Amino acid sequence: MPDLGKYADAVLSAYAVSILLLFGIVAISLSSGRRARAALREIEEAQGED
Amino acid sequence: MPWLWWLSAACIGVGLVWGFFFTPDDFRQGSTVKIIYLHVPSALIAINAWLMMLVASLIWLVRRHHVSALAAKAAAPVGITMTLIALITGAFWGQPMWGTWWVWDPRLTSVLILFLFYVGYVALWSAIEDPDTAADLTSVLCMVGSVFALLSRYAVLFWNQGLHQGASLSLDAEENVADVFYQPLVLCMFGFGFLFLALVLYRTGTEIRRRRMTTLIRRRAVHA
Repeated sequence: MPDLGKYADAVLSAYAVSILLLFGIVAISLSSGRRARAALREIEEAQGED
Repeated sequence: MPWLWWLSAACIGVGLVWGFFFTPDDFRQGSTVKIIYLHVPSALIAINAWLMMLVASLIWLVRRHHVSALAAKAAAPVGITMTLIALITGAFWGQPMWGTWWVWDPRLTSVLILFLFYVGYVALWSAIEDPDTAADLTSVLCMVGSVFALLSRYAVLFWNQGLHQGASLSLDAEENVADVFYQPLVLCMFGFGFLFLALVLYRTGTEIRRRRMTTLIRRRAVHA
């Protein structure tokens, strides 16, 4: 770990918040994508049965 | 395209580790210079995401190409995230350097207005049920917001009363950051760019599936 001196709080907070937001948008995108894919498959299968 | 996800993860990972652990402190700004590897790439994408949305919106308005409208819709939440990262990291950087978390500087203010436009854009898509009408109205909003996207990019050049420094990277070599910070910064910028591309492509696919789902449900209701 590098010595961040008196600015350690600012630097580490900036990294923590940014990484959290980046992971957040990726996780939300992937989970909503999976849900949409599953829902569409369900509807297409139901239509196939009709 | 899984390789795009891995490429973005590799560029961001290597760029951030390189920048955080293996670059020295700046002689004036100390260790806060390490925030540059997050702040500059996120701000770059925040502005360019809106410009990508503008191009997609214009294609929708002129050609009525549905995928372009959905691509613009898909890019907006990514743009919000990037703008938020730019604003928050800017505040964390500004507090120790300027002595304040926030100042009504031209660049900061125009980025804040851009953030509000992003939020308004997403809200407008959610508020209108008919997708074509929503695409029309959000495209107009996108054109209006483009003024602030461009302003946030160029404000530091023609408004000199702000605290915000000039461009960190430029084609003019005299304005660039020191070489030691340059390479990890460029790597992070590519990484953020690839991540934006991967997210927009994936989210556009999701929007297309949702649109198809709505169409199938409506068609089924008509036949029933």
